[in-house]
Amino acid sequence: MSDVKKYATREGYGKALIELGKQDKRIVVLDADLAAATKTGMFKKEFPERHIDCGIAEQNMMGIAAGLAAAGMVPFASSFAMFAAGRAYEQVRNSIAYPGLNVKIGASHAGISVGEDGPTHQCNEDIALMRSIPSMTIINPSDVVEAAAATKAAAAYYGPVYLRFGRLAVPVINDRPDYKFEIGKGIVLREGTDVTIVATGLTVASSLEAADRLAAEGVSAKVINIHTIKPLDEDLIVAAAKETGKVVTVEEHSTIGGLGSAVCDCLSEKAPTRVKKIGIHDVYGESGPAVALLHKYGLDGEGVYTQVKAFLNE
Amino acid sequence: MNKLELQKMANEIRKDIVRSIHSAKAGHPGGSLSAADVFTYLYFEELNVDPANPDDPKRDRFVLSKGHTAPGLYAALAHKGFFPVEDMITLRHIGSHLQGHPDMKGTPGIDMSSGSLGQGISAAVGMALAAKMRGDSYRVYTLLGDGEIQEGQVWEAAMFAGDRKLDNLVMIVDNNGLQIDGDIADVCSPYPIDKKFEAFNCHAINVEDGNDMDQLKAAFDEARSVKGMPSVIILKTVKGKGVSFMENVASWHGVAPNDEQFQAAMEELEKAGEALCQM
Repeated sequence: MSDVKKYATREGYGKALIELGKQDKRIVVLDADLAAATKTGMFKKEFPERHIDCGIAEQNMMGIAAGLAAAGMVPFASSFAMFAAGRAYEQVRNSIAYPGLNVKIGASHAGISVGEDGPTHQCNEDIALMRSIPSMTIINPSDVVEAAAATKAAAAYYGPVYLRFGRLAVPVINDRPDYKFEIGKGIVLREGTDVTIVATGLTVASSLEAADRLAAEGVSAKVINIHTIKPLDEDLIVAAAKETGKVVTVEEHSTIGGLGSAVCDCLSEKAPTRVKKIGIHDVYGESGPAVALLHKYGLDGEGVYTQVKAFLNE
Repeated sequence: MNKLELQKMANEIRKDIVRSIHSAKAGHPGGSLSAADVFTYLYFEELNVDPANPDDPKRDRFVLSKGHTAPGLYAALAHKGFFPVEDMITLRHIGSHLQGHPDMKGTPGIDMSSGSLGQGISAAVGMALAAKMRGDSYRVYTLLGDGEIQEGQVWEAAMFAGDRKLDNLVMIVDNNGLQIDGDIADVCSPYPIDKKFEAFNCHAINVEDGNDMDQLKAAFDEARSVKGMPSVIILKTVKGKGVSFMENVASWHGVAPNDEQFQAAMEELEKAGEALCQM
């Protein structure tokens, strides 16, 4: 895949915000001293009067965002996933989600692909935290195209949304004329009959690569991109589970509480199916180059391929 | 309202605080009673709000950062006409819009859901910032507990408000001196409160008797005249004010009166009301 274009999903966020800012004066962007990293610096340059740098104070930032929303603005509060979902969890829960305020949380640098900064900054628990909050919508885009589409969809939707972005440049997989983003609607990227791979975020590209490898060996894998983890596209997942009999979930997140758990919650009630969860297995990450970490933790194309194959051979 | 009318209203609000918490068999009388006078002053003198149009974008905003004293706020809103005073006895009952802590989605006139300490002030800062960004002239008020300011988020918010010169923001600290575990100075002293806010570029106004309407008026008038920085009004108050056996007793922070205590409290407040009527 060396000839494929690569961009970080956070860049899609930053670019979409500029478009949104031009269309709607209510759009304001908040940061906690990470505007360069969250890619909102572009918005700041274009609309300095509508960019609010709160300094290194994420809890206050979430509260200010709540107050702005209560006064009719549409705030996008940006930070790293660790601080947006982790440090400010209770502010997100009590000041934003409980009152149903129209705040969008742009959380970049999610997962182990943060890389060299190591475990303190590699948030593999944010989806679990956000999933447990009633009324929270969670979107984890798979590439820069989807990230921009998700950001625009979040702006058009009324209510709290958690947008999860990554630091690492990842392959563009959604650059096609018929691409359509709809909150809560999964996308079948590849049909297959032997197994369904349900993936989210940067692992969608890994799963497509794995499906190619499996196909070369005569294994037909269906690949579904679940960009919206909550609300989950249960109809699509149930139908796929019934079609293929076996399901694998793939995520750059803990296997506790993330996409894998959401899929299991759904299937155990509606279509009991064997599920293999690929992700971070209840451990902290470590420092290292992002690509090497994804390989070590089995989240690149080879890792997904190996684990799906082993699952099918069980 | 003149001073006597405000005092009478504050007494009515005290009765509804005691009545509702007794009915709920749970709640926070101490801090509700210490703030009964400032709730009254805010809703009957200071705030530009209209019960007929509770969502008016141009209205002044009030955020009860010390959300556990909701009964005092609810009583003020009810007497102002946002909802029937009879609703007060449904406090904390299943199905009531009067939750244990303020719920902006359920109760007319509540501008922000709150209750987790330290959070309301940030929302108030956001509302004040929105007014500045859009050129709106509304003002924003938020009431904090003196124990609450032990929360770090309060100082994140104060730093931001000072930095952005939010002179449309008035922070109020109900300095009744007590928190659940005892005297605030013994638990983890927040003193000096005024100097701390001043260090964060806020204009501090100390009020010697925060249960006195004249002193409240002077403080809020001063805050209105301050330009270029937010104001903080530090009210020295009596926790449990108006019910003698609750006054300055930390254990009345978060328990409801039993039937006997309820009768005694109501008799005392009735007498106080009668005395005001003879003035």
